[in-house]
Amino acid sequence: MFHKTKTALAAFAATTAMTSAAFAGDLVINFDDLNPAPKAAFEAAVEAFKAENPDINVTVNINDREAHKTAIRNFLTADAPDVTSWYPGNRMAPFTDAGLFQGVDDVWDDNGLRDTFAAIEPTMTRDGVTYGVPYSYYQWGIYYRKDLFDKLGLEEPQTWDELLAACAPMKENGVTPFTIGTKFLWTAAGVFDYINLRTNGYEVHNALTAGEIKYTDPRIVNTFKNWETLINDCGFVDNHASMSWQDALAPFANGDAGMYVMGNFAVSGMKDAGLTEEQIDYFQFPQIDASIPRAEEAPADAFFIPTNAKNPEDAKKFLAFIARADIQGPWNDAIGQLPPNSEATIGESKFLKEGMETLSTAAGLAQFYDRDAPAAMAKAGMEGFQKFMLDTSTMMEVLEELDRVQAEVYK
Amino acid sequence: MATTDANAPTKASWIQKNKLSIAPWFFLIPALCFFAVYVVIPIFESLYLSLFEWNGLYRADGTSTAEFVGFENYQKLWTDPKFWVSLKNNVLWLFLFMLAVPVGLFIALFLNQTVPGMRFYKSMFFFPFVISQVVVGLIFGWFYNPDFGVVGSIYKALYCEEVTNLLGNLTTRCDGSPPDILSSAEYATYGIIAAGLWPQIAYCMILYLTGLNNVAVDQIEAARLDGAKGWKMLWYVVVPQLKPATFIAVVVTVIGALRSFDMIAIMTQGGPFGSTNVLSYYMFETAISEYGERYGYGSAIATVLFAIMLVFISYFLYRMYQDEKGGR
Repeated sequence: MFHKTKTALAAFAATTAMTSAAFAGDLVINFDDLNPAPKAAFEAAVEAFKAENPDINVTVNINDREAHKTAIRNFLTADAPDVTSWYPGNRMAPFTDAGLFQGVDDVWDDNGLRDTFAAIEPTMTRDGVTYGVPYSYYQWGIYYRKDLFDKLGLEEPQTWDELLAACAPMKENGVTPFTIGTKFLWTAAGVFDYINLRTNGYEVHNALTAGEIKYTDPRIVNTFKNWETLINDCGFVDNHASMSWQDALAPFANGDAGMYVMGNFAVSGMKDAGLTEEQIDYFQFPQIDASIPRAEEAPADAFFIPTNAKNPEDAKKFLAFIARADIQGPWNDAIGQLPPNSEATIGESKFLKEGMETLSTAAGLAQFYDRDAPAAMAKAGMEGFQKFMLDTSTMMEVLEELDRVQAEVYK
Repeated sequence: MATTDANAPTKASWIQKNKLSIAPWFFLIPALCFFAVYVVIPIFESLYLSLFEWNGLYRADGTSTAEFVGFENYQKLWTDPKFWVSLKNNVLWLFLFMLAVPVGLFIALFLNQTVPGMRFYKSMFFFPFVISQVVVGLIFGWFYNPDFGVVGSIYKALYCEEVTNLLGNLTTRCDGSPPDILSSAEYATYGIIAAGLWPQIAYCMILYLTGLNNVAVDQIEAARLDGAKGWKMLWYVVVPQLKPATFIAVVVTVIGALRSFDMIAIMTQGGPFGSTNVLSYYMFETAISEYGERYGYGSAIATVLFAIMLVFISYFLYRMYQDEKGGR
């Protein structure tokens, strides 16, 4: 029966013409971003690779991000490309556990990536094997309305108390401190991750997403208590459960909300909403406990080699090529993100500079709750966060339910 | 030559002898094939899959990663609060969706008169059934939106005032916050059912309108001579004659309620925190959505939904069979 389904899937993959047959010297690459800037930057990198390796015949398939998430489950077995884009952390775990990605420790060792990619290496490694090479990542943090802060005479808060103190004048003047849109859930996970990283640190984040500590653990309860304080003393916009993250930009752009816990990709959304670079700025999520080393969220995008790749030799050449500082620098400059290679040059934008400063000095880099935790746990967890944000009195109920899911997901 | 054979004694072949009994099967073959491939076999595949734990992946050598777990998926369902929430919502849908039948009947009675332009009014009432469910979901989603929807606008007109904020932009300041129906665990399901009722009422209405065309005029007149009018006329004379239409209306409404999926997918994606899930959407979410990939567990949910539907479908088929026997 499973075989029958498999042949059907294979036929499906073949008809959608994701990949073409390859022989020696042919390199097939599947990429997953059709947006103009990322697509152009990827294509520029491929052109540079072709120029250096004229004997390799490169074929590129670019698909939409969501379609890619579905297609990869079929093409890895049915008709594997030589290189495919995917995400590190727990998102790669189903594929590495099923043996669908091959380890590339030799690429890492031969090209000195263990040094230049030291910060991100743990999330690329599973059970002692390193998979794939990341080509881009970006920082998270608090984006705020600088003009609003100036008007109220506020400084960028460095500590939790300063943050809570900054909220009072905002509320007095009719400004909601935080905007957020939790309709699609993941935005709430960003807030949770940061409060948890600041309250308990990187190890607890990893232990929690690995299922090693319970949600009713006193440390996690403390995280939720801090979150409750943030909701009560600062507060998020009303109706956040019916807004997407883009919808939530509206009160921010109008000056009705002052801060937004977000990833750097939100900057272009803010500019599209009519804000100038002078009106917005970035600060690191404030420190809660001075004894906890500062860790950050930095979701990465990477390239992997499927086990069924027909031309793994050239695929490794490609991975080594895109790991180079002189490739990652211009690539990420073009898409407004940060190069994981610590030797690469970064773009001119003040957000990128601050982001680089933030990430290069971080004690640890988390991928994001829904990439570090298994899918079923992430879904339940994020629903729990939303429930808690709508009604903080459900805290223990939410945590107990998450314990139940956790016991089921991690066996 | 061809004519010589005509005089020879012909031996009828097996096919020729059984022509009459073979012909129907011959014509049924294409439909049966498609029905088997797309309906019957998947049902059994899904039943079988519900005994496995499987994330939908194959290993590099093509073997499946599925692991046999017996009835564990069903045991998990029993303790899964989200499953019970979904089941409860399915029951809510089933009961509230039944409102479509009487409401449809009354609209049909109301429209069943000869007024100039009646066809236009009828088609306007039928309109929600013609447009896609996705569009209905979007329209109601906007209708309920607390910021720019009808609900939000009315609230703002009553309880909010327009002020200039700190940065000199116009904004509204309200007493309390406008009702956010689709984000409230209590009301969201009712909001979606109301949206689903809109096209369903139109459907029931059209069924009754055609039924009303066949109501025997002589019986109505006879009843009128006997002094029947108003409710009694409706209940004892008209409604019994509409029985076939009522039967179909109930059947399509029950099935429509049980397979409600598109409205939920468009309006809330099962949220907030899973409180508007129904079995069909929960199954989709567990099996094939981005955070799902649990095919065995999803199949177990599908099996439960199938069992519930089977009860209704068997009853309907039984009724139809009885009616046909009685009709002969």
